[in-house]
Amino acid sequence: MAGFDHGPSEPGEQENSETISRNTRLGLKLFIVYLALYGGFVFLNTFAPAKMEVVLFAGLNLAIVYGFTLIITAFVLAMIYGWLCRNDMASSAPEKQEAAK
Amino acid sequence: MIYEPSLMAVLIFGGIVAITLGLSFWLGSKAKSSQGYFAAGGGIHWFVNGVAFAGDYLSAASFLGICGMIAFYGYDGFLYSIGYLAGWIVALFVIAEPLKRMGRFTFADALDSKFQSRGIKLAAAISTLVVSIFYLIPQMVGAGALITPLLGFPHYVGVLMVGTIVILIVVTAGMVSTTYVQFLKGSLLVIFSTVLTVMILQRGLTTEPENNGKPTHQFQTIGPAAANDIEHWRSELNLNEQDSLIPLNQGPWENKGILQLTRADKISYWKLTETTDQQYFLSETQYKLKNKDGSLIVNGLPYGAGEGETDFYPVGRISKLPGDKTETGALGPAEFLSTIRESEIILWGSETITEENGSAVTIYFPKPTSGQKVLSPGNHPKFAGIRGTDLWGKLNFLSLMLALFCGTASLPHILIRYYTVKDQASARKSTIVGIGSIGYFYILTLFMGLGAMTSGALDVTNSNMAAPLLAKSIGDWLFAIISAIAFTTVLGTVSGLIIASSGAVVHDLMSSFLKIEMNDFAKVRIAKIASVVVGVIAIILGILFEKFNVNYLVGWAFSVAASANLPALVMLLFWPKTTKQGITVAIFTGMVSSLAWILLSADSYTGIYGLDPTTAIVPFSQPGLVTIPLGFITLIVVSLMTQPKSQGMES
Repeated sequence: MAGFDHGPSEPGEQENSETISRNTRLGLKLFIVYLALYGGFVFLNTFAPAKMEVVLFAGLNLAIVYGFTLIITAFVLAMIYGWLCRNDMASSAPEKQEAAK
Repeated sequence: MIYEPSLMAVLIFGGIVAITLGLSFWLGSKAKSSQGYFAAGGGIHWFVNGVAFAGDYLSAASFLGICGMIAFYGYDGFLYSIGYLAGWIVALFVIAEPLKRMGRFTFADALDSKFQSRGIKLAAAISTLVVSIFYLIPQMVGAGALITPLLGFPHYVGVLMVGTIVILIVVTAGMVSTTYVQFLKGSLLVIFSTVLTVMILQRGLTTEPENNGKPTHQFQTIGPAAANDIEHWRSELNLNEQDSLIPLNQGPWENKGILQLTRADKISYWKLTETTDQQYFLSETQYKLKNKDGSLIVNGLPYGAGEGETDFYPVGRISKLPGDKTETGALGPAEFLSTIRESEIILWGSETITEENGSAVTIYFPKPTSGQKVLSPGNHPKFAGIRGTDLWGKLNFLSLMLALFCGTASLPHILIRYYTVKDQASARKSTIVGIGSIGYFYILTLFMGLGAMTSGALDVTNSNMAAPLLAKSIGDWLFAIISAIAFTTVLGTVSGLIIASSGAVVHDLMSSFLKIEMNDFAKVRIAKIASVVVGVIAIILGILFEKFNVNYLVGWAFSVAASANLPALVMLLFWPKTTKQGITVAIFTGMVSSLAWILLSADSYTGIYGLDPTTAIVPFSQPGLVTIPLGFITLIVVSLMTQPKSQGMES
């Protein structure tokens, strides 16, 4: 079982600088999307708390809907990030094999 | 409130502790190298590590503090959930992978990988120690608060027990056992919180909640009438001539709207509440009188479970359901929230009045509150500023939300978990698993908190007990399991913090800063000694800070972590002109300024020094809004002043 292996640390993943900078740019873009969403939420709570009482649908107010959206969006963005980074690795793998030959 | 120790809870608790310790000893016998001790040999599976992230992060403050805060103040507690989770976005998108690429053992390793500077090692080590110890205090206080009802021991015994068990866990196996304790705890917490939420929804909402099969005490409210219409109040209360009803308006009681009723030699207090048309309602309260000799009177009788003694009534219920129904039956998640929004709920406030003779009366009074208000922000005293016009109150809220956002990625015990997986992809995947489990749990906190708020089972004196008591109102078995999980929550988080601190002492202070040569065996031995020392400090502080609010202390830790560590981490990763002097000075500036701000704030004036909060030097209590940017500015200015000369010539 992987988790019970306490030998020396395995060598880290070999990344090329292109993959690193692509992941970094992707991370920053997704971070800015979330920052805008979170910032909007915090500013609305701070400067227009009464707006949070507005009922949007199914008897749920903006406070609840926005709050749940923030939590769910965090997970969705994390999945998107993980998926896109994985694609990068998958697409760069054949290139590495080519290089090895 | 007095809690009867439950045999089932004791057995389940004992079982979980025994399993945890057994696992520690077994795994401990396998980890021999220093990397095995601090970073679990980099061999932990990403899924296990992801759930362990949840275990690390969902500390006593998350589980007990947030549920309690929602149960007492509604939506404001959920704001903490949102802020705590949002912080993970900073961790995943900005910090996780570069950090994994750079370091091996500690936060300082990562910062220092470019410069090899002793100054950075010293600054990062001190900041790790300060943040870890700040974060340890609320965990230990939480442990004491849990043990009292669970096993019937006093607070200090609880703190001592947790301290001792954790020191044993950490000393036996280090990061491996900590990871598995966290995995176990994270899984159990998510599974049983789901069970609890499903049962809350199945039970639905009622205006007459039962507690252990018994109906809850119905607190009387009379009126409306004019505030000073004593005759009206006397007649509604059916008082006879021997009974007295006196408005208290002298000395410390002035403008509190309290009336003292003496009936058959038993004293009770009643609180006036103003309606919109300047009429008043008079509500029955509960109270605790602490005499100068330390004796306690509750609701007019000595506090205790014996004959002639009494205890607080459990509280928390809906006073009006939509359509004047008395119960709803099973509800779906959205239906549960919309029904609460259309109901009226009895929340509880409290006020402590210290008499000239040194005795103190704490009065707990009902506050009928519309569901609409319960499900929107601004009910908690610390958040009330957003509903006012005062700018400082609003800035205080902004500052807290900023610290929660920035604090997560700067917590040493979260950062070291990135070194327990083998590569960047695993660090990324485990963070995604962590975000999924933590986010899911935080959604559940809203249902658990609101479930507790309407369960008729709340302890009016202790919001930390909301989640376990909610479980008790459903069944003793669930109470037993939830209490045991809450306890392992404390065990796990404390273990992680102690590992982070001992890592800072061995690697950063002794090995890198003081340049003491040590082999692997000596490093692990010194780390274990450091763990014992930090553990003992945590035990002492946990006993001293008994009366402090758990979430309040966590807020401190987040603010200090974000101010000291985040500017250094972010700028090192994204600004090539960062210098070692810039990092060192920024860490010290962020740490010292945030600590100073906290100590000079209105919250500390009331909480620590017992001074008038209006005389506080800083205008609002949360430092983040000022001290996080200050850390960044300091780093930029100092780095620009200390650019290497050769670089300047080349350019």
